[in-house]
Amino acid sequence: MRLEGKVALVTGASRGIGREIALELAKNGADVAVNYSGSKEKAEQTAQEVENLGRKAFVIQANVGDADQVQNMIKETLGHFGKIDILINNAGVTRDNLLMRMKEEEWDDVMDINLKGVFLTTKAVSRSMMKQRSGRIINISSIVGVMGNPGQANYVASKAGVIGLTKTAAKELSSRGITVNAVAPGFIETDMTDKLTDDIQTEMKKQIPLARFGQPDDIAKVVVFLSSDDASYMTGQTLHVDGGMVM
Amino acid sequence: MAEVMDRVTKIIVDRLGVDESEVKLEASFKEDLGADSLDVVELVMELEDEFDMVISDEDAEKIGTVGDAVNYIQEKM
Ligand SMILES: NC(=O)c1ccc[n+]([C@@H]2O[C@H](COP(=O)([O-])OP(=O)(O)OC[C@H]3O[C@@H](n4cnc5c(N)ncnc54)[C@H](OP(=O)(O)O)[C@@H]3O)[C@@H](O)[C@H]2O)c1
Repeated sequence: MRLEGKVALVTGASRGIGREIALELAKNGADVAVNYSGSKEKAEQTAQEVENLGRKAFVIQANVGDADQVQNMIKETLGHFGKIDILINNAGVTRDNLLMRMKEEEWDDVMDINLKGVFLTTKAVSRSMMKQRSGRIINISSIVGVMGNPGQANYVASKAGVIGLTKTAAKELSSRGITVNAVAPGFIETDMTDKLTDDIQTEMKKQIPLARFGQPDDIAKVVVFLSSDDASYMTGQTLHVDGGMVM
Repeated sequence: MAEVMDRVTKIIVDRLGVDESEVKLEASFKEDLGADSLDVVELVMELEDEFDMVISDEDAEKIGTVGDAVNYIQEKM
């Protein structure tokens, strides 16, 4: 198995893409720390499924936008597993509104969770990764961070920011054996996209050359690849997993 | 003082691959001992472990020479 003996921390692993990433990592042999913000039961369910796959799981609550909570999450996870080989920054939210109507609060919330959250977890985990001279950090951006999207100024800015942060962290940490890459999903069927109206969904599908929406495991499989030794010569990259929306 | 200096010296020699004789109080990590910024970050991390203390980012930024590190640790101990 590709990830035997590795420990992964997945933020926002209670639902959607993060949950699928946790399970796919476990299928490939990794033990998994399952982070969540509010959905305790769902996180426990993810953990249970990781254990059903024969791997160890550890459930840890933390708001990734809060520095103290992130510090604590990393400390607890290191205390439990002894190391973190793979960090998946997946937690993310949307607060959509037209630029003209967007409230400062909507902007700040999304930035805190989607962008500052990635900074905080990366900073907190890099210490132990630097010491062990190896590590994999994979950030979940979004294809709209590359192409822009009306109604999502905050979200798009945060996801474009994640791509810049990915490149910088990759350059800073490369000499210590740590790679940092991003995945930019297109339209993936989860709670996040379920909120969109049928009209918008139909409209979006027209922009997808492969003519279907993606599933969480389309993303999870690419994340496993980036987490594995197979990807050891890649860093600072953003992989578009979007059915061809942006070429 | 001597004891702290010895322990600090050992870490610097291990981490930066310099000769023990080069590790003087006035030696600057970056200018005299060939460290880059990330090396200094790592050195501070190792000092934290060695002396079982937390060095805040603000304090760490002020540590530029071997003497800075030794004095800082001395004060905190
Ligand atoms: N779905 C898509 O089409 C799509 C496309 C591009 C990019 N993405 C990105 O993929 C990632 C996952 O999206 P998804 O569709 O799976 O979303 P989702 O189904 O809404 O799940 C979001 C996850 O993030 C967690 N979370 C939210 N706020 C958090 C916080 N402050 N601290 C820690 N965890 C937090 C949630 O935990 P709780 O359950 O505890 O709230 C949940 O596990 C996000 O970064 C998203 O931007 C999604």
